[in-house]
Amino acid sequence: MNTILKTSHLNKEYKLGGFINRVRINALDDVNLTIESCEPVIISIVGESGSGKTTLVKVLLRLVKPTSGSALVCDRLIAGKGDKPSNREFFSTVQPIFQNPFEAFSAYRTVDSYLSDTAVNVAGLNGKEAIDAMTESLRLVGLEYRDVRGKYPNQFSGGELQRVSIARALIPHPEIIIADEPVSMIDASLRMNIINLFLSLKEEFQRSFLYITHDLATAYYISDYIGVMYRGCIVEFGDARTILADPQHPYTQLLLDSIPDIGRKWHREKIALSDIEAKEFQFTGCRFCNRCPIAEDKCIVERPLAIKKTDGRDVYCHFA
Amino acid sequence: MIRLNNIVATYTTVRGQVDAVDGVDLTIPRGKIVGVAGESGCGKTTLLKVIYGDLIYPLALRQGGVEYEIDNVGYRVETKNGRQVTTSNIKDFWFKHISYIPQSSMSSLNPVVRIRKQFVDFMDAEQRKANVLEEIREYVTSLDLPPEAIDAYPHQLSGGMRQRIMVAMATFFKPDIILADEPTTALDVVVQKGILLLLMDIQAEMNNTIIIVSHDMGVHYQIAHKMLIMYAAKAVEFGDSEDVFKAPLHPYTKMLIESLPTIGDDQMRKGIAGRPPSLWEDLHGCRFAPRCPLATELCQTQEPELIEHKPGHFAACHSLR
Repeated sequence: MNTILKTSHLNKEYKLGGFINRVRINALDDVNLTIESCEPVIISIVGESGSGKTTLVKVLLRLVKPTSGSALVCDRLIAGKGDKPSNREFFSTVQPIFQNPFEAFSAYRTVDSYLSDTAVNVAGLNGKEAIDAMTESLRLVGLEYRDVRGKYPNQFSGGELQRVSIARALIPHPEIIIADEPVSMIDASLRMNIINLFLSLKEEFQRSFLYITHDLATAYYISDYIGVMYRGCIVEFGDARTILADPQHPYTQLLLDSIPDIGRKWHREKIALSDIEAKEFQFTGCRFCNRCPIAEDKCIVERPLAIKKTDGRDVYCHFA
Repeated sequence: MIRLNNIVATYTTVRGQVDAVDGVDLTIPRGKIVGVAGESGCGKTTLLKVIYGDLIYPLALRQGGVEYEIDNVGYRVETKNGRQVTTSNIKDFWFKHISYIPQSSMSSLNPVVRIRKQFVDFMDAEQRKANVLEEIREYVTSLDLPPEAIDAYPHQLSGGMRQRIMVAMATFFKPDIILADEPTTALDVVVQKGILLLLMDIQAEMNNTIIIVSHDMGVHYQIAHKMLIMYAAKAVEFGDSEDVFKAPLHPYTKMLIESLPTIGDDQMRKGIAGRPPSLWEDLHGCRFAPRCPLATELCQTQEPELIEHKPGHFAACHSLR
């Protein structure tokens, strides 16, 4: 059994403002996730903007240091106290894919220079070996090396360029690929090609994925596990199909109810906007209590702890 | 009613001219929400700009025109000298009869001017400011915003509230036509639902025509009465939303709808192979032909026309003959 991802009491606090009017924002607030599996898995993290999804990615990619807590990815400690792998070892275990491929690649460099940089600096390959590795990983995403060589990002469509960035991530044979909103900039007709590519890479190439998204439909389609985040906290975590078939946290229910799904029309109840969007980062109790239809006094003062349900999911709600 | 007569809209760039909308010819009926869908670069936003008459360099109308039939309490609106309203003089009717909800509210509102001042900007000069402000406050409250919201600067409001302010500005005069360009793309799903339900309520109450551009087919399914599907600067399908979603005629629409995953459905989904053609190339025949499984030789050479195949349901495809 391998630990794919384990975070314990992970906190990240951002400080805003000056000395007097300082505001502390807990972008990650006691995030505890444990995924152990022998098989590769796809884990989805969903939530709206400001929920801490990207901060979690940044901590897992070692781009920011957490304020406290520790994180393990593929049996390697990457944040917290203890021995951490070198950058080279780390990046041959974990590789990122970012949201907008046109921003991830510089417009003034050819895209294959990024591939060869990864092959040389991370995978430690040289000359012929590096080119073979690049050809191989481009083949896996359905591209040819000779079609990519010497081209600049503006010569590709968004979907193709995102494939190139996936190919780049595959070169050092990482165990897990962290994809932060990889398809949100890609047209609907091409989106499923990328999503299906993730699935086939998982099955044929034995790679795990951490898929960060706000799109619940694609999360349902590909993921084995799903974590729902709200204002820095995990509110529900467990098997993707169980959770999305029968969400138990009121926030997950609200989220599922709000997605514009094809084949199911919305109920026309009125939503008061004014209180949906207050940025409540200072709550001592449940972060969701001011929007929650079932909140009671207890929710305002006491932070709900994870409740383990019989189907294996964690629900952070007093009434679960 | 809006009649689009074979519109060709062109952008002039350093590389030359490119037709972002190439021959769209259809009639948009009155009192309906019309959804426009398609990939990025298919001409959705350009079409909206043409209808709005926002034709400033580098965009120009090369061919065709728009006929507006703007009804206001029973009589047809014409310009002062009795001429027909076209794209060149629709500007005189901005906000009063036709209005626009942009995608990014943050870059559309002036960041250093209070919202209420921006509201008063487009009022008639003869009205008293205090009365007008009172009216605005009332209207804003009816859209679920706190009345103090108009005293704020744009950055003091959340994204959803700003977008509601944009909706309030666009609908204050009860215009006949509202154009919305990706009005909810930057918002979270919960807020998006609120804005879209608000637009639906406004439309039901004022019975105006709303043309909404979005790349999210789910949004269209929820709110549109009519659907227009565009592909590579062409209109490929136009019809009642229910027909388009249940029984799409054009292979592109069919494949697009089949590719969308839904929660609770474990079926394998497939994207469409290939990519849309570049508008810079010399395009002939059907523009979807290289990606189409039904393409024949005819499709490579002859361009299909948008024809009514079922009552009120148009599509441009040779395979439907």
